[in-house]
Amino acid sequence: MFTVLGLGALVLFGLLAPGGERSTFGISTAGDIVEIDPLGVPSRQAAILLALLCLAVAGYAFLLTARAEPVPLWLSVLFGTAFVLSFLTWAVAGETISLTGALQGSLALSVPLIFGALCGMLGERTGVINIAIEGQLLAGAFLSGVVASLLGNLWVGLIAAPLAGLLVAYLLAVFSIRYLVNQIIVGVVLNVLVLGLTNFLYGRLLSPQAGTWNSPGRFPRWKIPVLGDIPVIGPVLFDQTVIVYCMYLAVIVVHVALFHTRWGLRVRAVGEHPEAADTAGIAVNAVRFRNVLIGGAVAGFGGAYFTLGAIGVFSREMTAGAGFIALAAMILGRWKPMGAVFAALLFGFANNLQSVLGIIGSPIPSEFMLMAPYVLTIFAVAGLVGRIRPPAANGQPYIKS
Amino acid sequence: MSEQERGTTATPGGEQPPQEPSVSHRLWRELTTGNAMLTVLSVVLALAIGGLLIILSDPRVQQAAGYFADRPSDTFATAWQSVSSAYAAMFRGSLVDFGEYSVVRAVRPLAATLTNATPLIAAGLAVAIAFRTGLLNIGAEGQIILGAIGAGYIGFTMDLPVVVHLVVAVLGGVLAGAVWGGIAGFLKARTGAHEVIVTIMLNYIARFLLAYLLTIAAFRRAGRSDPISPYVAESAQLPRLFEGARLHLGFLLALLAAAVVWWLLTRSTIGFRLRAVGFNPHAATTAGMSVARSYTLAMCIAGGLAGLAGASQVLGTERFLSSGISGGLGFDAITVALLGRANPWGTVAAGLLFGALRAGAVTMQAETGTPIDIVLVVQSLIVLFIAAPPLVRAIFRIRVRSRGLGAPEAKGWEA
Repeated sequence: MFTVLGLGALVLFGLLAPGGERSTFGISTAGDIVEIDPLGVPSRQAAILLALLCLAVAGYAFLLTARAEPVPLWLSVLFGTAFVLSFLTWAVAGETISLTGALQGSLALSVPLIFGALCGMLGERTGVINIAIEGQLLAGAFLSGVVASLLGNLWVGLIAAPLAGLLVAYLLAVFSIRYLVNQIIVGVVLNVLVLGLTNFLYGRLLSPQAGTWNSPGRFPRWKIPVLGDIPVIGPVLFDQTVIVYCMYLAVIVVHVALFHTRWGLRVRAVGEHPEAADTAGIAVNAVRFRNVLIGGAVAGFGGAYFTLGAIGVFSREMTAGAGFIALAAMILGRWKPMGAVFAALLFGFANNLQSVLGIIGSPIPSEFMLMAPYVLTIFAVAGLVGRIRPPAANGQPYIKS
Repeated sequence: MSEQERGTTATPGGEQPPQEPSVSHRLWRELTTGNAMLTVLSVVLALAIGGLLIILSDPRVQQAAGYFADRPSDTFATAWQSVSSAYAAMFRGSLVDFGEYSVVRAVRPLAATLTNATPLIAAGLAVAIAFRTGLLNIGAEGQIILGAIGAGYIGFTMDLPVVVHLVVAVLGGVLAGAVWGGIAGFLKARTGAHEVIVTIMLNYIARFLLAYLLTIAAFRRAGRSDPISPYVAESAQLPRLFEGARLHLGFLLALLAAAVVWWLLTRSTIGFRLRAVGFNPHAATTAGMSVARSYTLAMCIAGGLAGLAGASQVLGTERFLSSGISGGLGFDAITVALLGRANPWGTVAAGLLFGALRAGAVTMQAETGTPIDIVLVVQSLIVLFIAAPPLVRAIFRIRVRSRGLGAPEAKGWEA
């Protein structure tokens, strides 16, 4: 019932999009997507074609739902990609953008989101809501930067990052699991704590004595021999820093661990039905504690990307809400690693696109592009775009009786 | 912040102790073992940790610690000097400056405290009333921004008679905030979308909406290229209460709001319904109350209160709209409501405390160079300590038979 309603909106979404675009393409001439040899496509036809593909996917999804079959993830991915590409061809009509550059920028913005989403997922799959992802990212960014510049060694900094995330996660776990304080409240307060702490130390030490405290530098890009030479995909995916390679690994590991190991089964059992899990002999709170800690380490590692991977120095509030977008990505990705990766890439793409379009002159204000992920998430949790079901025991403390 | 104030969950007053202790004895026991003591201890502990941070990060102390083995007294002396000067400056900046000779100048810091407390109280109430209904309103930030947009827009575009303009502008802010809060309440009631996620997302949407509005002509100040709005018309400004201080009528409005919320929660049918829903939605449904309507209503009221905070910022304190109009107030409001145990007068007290910290920190930063952000650390530590009474008890080795946080029971995304 809910699903039918939600996918009805999906179809509407698909229907409305081409309607608006057709009229606009009348003016435009050709959208150029440039790589080594520029690939020019007539923007109007291409966009309509892609929009039709959206419609087809939505229709197929509708059919599936009508037959009470679940809609597979790849279908949503296909829909999203086609929709975004359709939007892109419309937006850059008559202009030239570098596809590789755009994708590289998107991935760069997505990396911390993916780490953050994995962190949230590890916690929520066991039933602990983690609002402190933002704080964990920030702590990781801070400590990795400070340690790396104090010791002059990037690798030590990279090891320090997960420790910082772990520390924040430990506080979250102690307060929410041992003292049974509302998980969301602890998360919010921890975010404020980390923000205040890093800002304070930044003002006191990092800013006045930047030479000793805040000059970590950046990891170099490593190009993977054969894969890195593939056009477009190569430079985007396989000419990256070590942190990005770790991200690929982390996504795969979390996916396999959650869905294909006994450990994952236990974790999910704890998140769905802690009483049953307890009966089966699983120590519910121990599993939760451990997973929150692992999640914190993952997020802290992701935080290192800000300082050691992207910018090269720590700056005040440099995560700028990435933790909350990561939370949104996790929700849109339906608590699955692959889904979260795709949602994070989508958000990164939207975020990157607004700066790219800002340069070539965008048809819509950049602020609305920045809003898109948040609006989409509200639609998602309100059940307008497909159905979303979190782990059943999410947010409920487990008190053994 | 006694246990009495916890409304529905307060222990009934009819308990008969075996032998009647004297009033002073009871008061003493309440002070040493009750929530009041816990609150004081939490504040002290948080300030102590804050002081430790100030000491550890002070370059002079680090220098003195370099020859600690030779002259350990130097280290302690500089450490003491560092932290005492910082906290003394904070006191001077927030309460009374004894260094000033005229009375008006001496109490000016107090006015600064009250000015800072104004939005904290109003927004804190917004979080508190949602708490009591069983909702976590993380969205005060966005509701403040919307309130500021609404009040500001009416303030600098419309041309109305003196009193009317101010009233319309304030109401406009309240209404804008109420709509923003209402979205979350409505979605929660209709679709079950968790209010925490929706309000977090609405915060960001509000922020980008404000950023966008400040780029269009209607919100731009003439002759300025940076995103700053024109000044609010004089007829729409909240009048200052004293000469030479920024304290304005908004503070009294915030106090009035606290009184109204207190009345609403404890003396009215609506408040009874809200609390019943917050306490046990299933029981409330069985009793014939509409949970959905209560959620929507509570979030509308909450949004309106946060909108009032935004209106008071733009009409009273700042008098123009800029992208930093909220500046994290919405998150401070959550800590205020938690410290105030989701109780109207507790929220006022907590707002005053955090207002004092903020005002004092400005002076502290100016005089000793200690970054203002130490306030955030102290603030969040206070709330963490209060949230986990066993922790403070363990630290101070006292026995308390008090309840935990005045917040609703933990709930999942779909609850």
